[in-house]
Amino acid sequence: MSKAKTDGAITTTQPVKFYQVGSFAVGNRLVDPSLRTVQADAARTNAITSGHRACQGCGEALGARYVLDAAMRATGGKLVAVNATGCLEVFTTPYPETSWQLPWLHSLFGNAASVATGVAAALEVQGRNDVRVIAQAGDGGTVDIGFGCLSGMFERNDDVLFVCYDNEAYMNTGVQRSGATPPAARTATTEAVGREPGNPFDQGKNLPRLAMAHGIRYVATATVADLHDLEAKVERAMDFRGARYLHLLVPCPLGWSSAPADTIRIARLAKESGLFPVFEAVDGEVTAASGIRRLVPVEEYLRLQGRFRHLFDSSGAVAKTDIVARLQKLADANIERFGLLQPEVT
Amino acid sequence: MLSQLEGSRAVAGAVVCCRPQVVCAYPITPQTHIVEAIGASVKSRQLKHCRFINVESEFAAMSVAIGASATGARAYTATASQGLLFMIEAVYNAAGLGLPVVMTLANRAIGAPINIWNDHSDAMAVRDSGWVMLFAEDNQTATDLHVQAFRLAEELSLPVMVCVDGYVLTHATERVDVPTQEQVDAFLPPYKPRQVLDPADPVSIGAMVGPEAFTEVRYLAHAKQLQALERIGEVAGEFAEGFGRHSGGLVSTYHVEDAEVVIVALGSVLGTIKDATDELRANGARVGVVGITSFRPFPLDVLREAIGDARKVVVVERAFSAGFGGVLSTDVGLAISDAKARLSTVVAGLGGRAVTEAGLIGVFEDALGDRLEALRFLDLDKDVVDRELARMAGTRRSGPSAENVLRDLGTVASGAL
Ligand SMILES: Cc1ncc(C[n+]2csc(CCOP(=O)(O)OP(=O)(O)O)c2C)c(N)n1
Ligand code: SF4
Ligand SMILES: [Mg+2]
Repeated sequence: MSKAKTDGAITTTQPVKFYQVGSFAVGNRLVDPSLRTVQADAARTNAITSGHRACQGCGEALGARYVLDAAMRATGGKLVAVNATGCLEVFTTPYPETSWQLPWLHSLFGNAASVATGVAAALEVQGRNDVRVIAQAGDGGTVDIGFGCLSGMFERNDDVLFVCYDNEAYMNTGVQRSGATPPAARTATTEAVGREPGNPFDQGKNLPRLAMAHGIRYVATATVADLHDLEAKVERAMDFRGARYLHLLVPCPLGWSSAPADTIRIARLAKESGLFPVFEAVDGEVTAASGIRRLVPVEEYLRLQGRFRHLFDSSGAVAKTDIVARLQKLADANIERFGLLQPEVT
Repeated sequence: MLSQLEGSRAVAGAVVCCRPQVVCAYPITPQTHIVEAIGASVKSRQLKHCRFINVESEFAAMSVAIGASATGARAYTATASQGLLFMIEAVYNAAGLGLPVVMTLANRAIGAPINIWNDHSDAMAVRDSGWVMLFAEDNQTATDLHVQAFRLAEELSLPVMVCVDGYVLTHATERVDVPTQEQVDAFLPPYKPRQVLDPADPVSIGAMVGPEAFTEVRYLAHAKQLQALERIGEVAGEFAEGFGRHSGGLVSTYHVEDAEVVIVALGSVLGTIKDATDELRANGARVGVVGITSFRPFPLDVLREAIGDARKVVVVERAFSAGFGGVLSTDVGLAISDAKARLSTVVAGLGGRAVTEAGLIGVFEDALGDRLEALRFLDLDKDVVDRELARMAGTRRSGPSAENVLRDLGTVASGAL
């Protein structure tokens, strides 16, 4: 929930709806400074500083900076980050350079949650409860190879915020399918050939719901398209102690075959189509869902991405298969489940 | 303090005196009693300022230890066999990162076939991981090595594994002089990390390293092992001063001065080998024993010197490399490559098979009489093997070999844990 939206003060004291107010804009100088984003603050930490080697338009690079800068502000800079192997780890640290402006540890692909447990335990025994811990991994490092460690960390309720940067495939190794790859998406291991081109339907893991099933205090989803919402969730996550989970959709121009300039637009369409529900859950119950502002059919989202190109014919029309309709059904089910077309639930 | 107690309890007592701050536990026989006892110490507040974490796998156990160690806490865990293999990626990682984790390995065979009893296959599987690997001959040594392990690990920023034979030591009740808290506190200073995750002084640990620096970074791991080669003996000396007994060091020797035949071995089998030596010495045979305490770093020079002018060296190993032969033998062979001594490998005690004094006397006698082959599997029932080979040659679908062998022997397998 973005502050701009939740704080009634804005709408009551500012009856005139300025262009940027309540919009997705980041550097909005018309709102009260306290309600501006961390990113809009020149004094932000730049937890991942410039010069790293992510692709142009990388949603993961953006998402990680947003998350960590917000967490740095929320903790007064007392933060340790643990990273799984994956794009984020690789593009930030080709030795001897590092983009990390906070203490940072990379161990392996599948163990980020456990390493973070160890960091948190070590801080606790040394009486450093002021220092907080974030673990981060891609979708592969979260839903697949890292899931055992993650589930253990959740179940023990270790004091860690785990952030999954979900670009819906194993990007660092060249775009292979993960348990978070959506149906029909073309990856290097789910090619767009045969009767059911792309990734099969009826597979995959819904990690936010699995996280909720562990009964941890706080679970949230977000996209890089709504910075206010994302930052507010990171800040909220830092108000809780114990295991917390943030699932962030981060488009990947390379893996999704999309234009680097479309990263934010695609993330927004994922939410506005209902394919990626943005919500918050406390103690296992959904407490808020970000409503759809302008409902779009899923094809608007799909059309911008080469990984779904096989769903359209050469003229750009929806191809004569039921695949787009089946994807629309998934979006509709999300809209129904989370009440995404109802007035904001807060 | 002299006590009559189980090896696992003695080891746990020593570890508790070392004041670990994060201990990870995951059950696997025959290691489990150690972490159970430490857990009880934490719960009863005998061991304060320690987080005892019940993790969901050995991979997590070592990973938690990595995170804790990198955050400045003294970290410990214990495992065996399948558990070690399950955590192997993190085992290499701890060494690569230079984190001074201490782990007990209660040596046990690796399946398939699943087997809970002692041999050294697990330790050999991580031989090249970069850990310092110390082998205990008896429970006193096992206990004392743990105290020395933390000291060595933290001085050198290297993880140290203390290998303790499963059951033979972990479950044996015998007299052990368990260190007191005062003794350990005087010997082991608080952990001062070389690298630590600290918001006041942020560092990146675990960055990617390309071909331009990888060799140098990896060589440093070797250089630290060479430093360990120096320090292990010195630390044992300092331990002797503080505790009034000798434990540890690189190797131990027994009657090697004039020995014609020397047996080299690791771990608890050394006791039986020494008994066999006494027996043969009583009859005038010139036989001796070298026990290797420090398997990694491997003490090539010290071993060469200990073996001296023996004309025959026999390596008794509780592990082997299928398709090749001995594992430890390769290292011992390198140590004596300039000597005239002939080398034999005797693979013995796999999966808990008893290595008897009579069997070892036979080995010594065959070595003295030049009848020992280059590679011998002690007590191997060749007939059973040949019958299974014949079954396999005769029928394509001969079925699972382990079950065939058991059926052939008429043995009922004992329950696996
Ligand atoms: C145990 C292990 N298996 C496989 C790999 C190879 N690997 C490294 S990164 C990666 C993909 C990471 O995918 P994801 O977690 O989704 O992160 P992304 O790169 O997409 O951000 C893989 C398969 C590895 N490093 N370790
Ligand atoms: S492959 Fe994708 S996730 Fe990786 S750096 Fe490029 S855009 Fe980012
Ligand atoms: Mg990914």
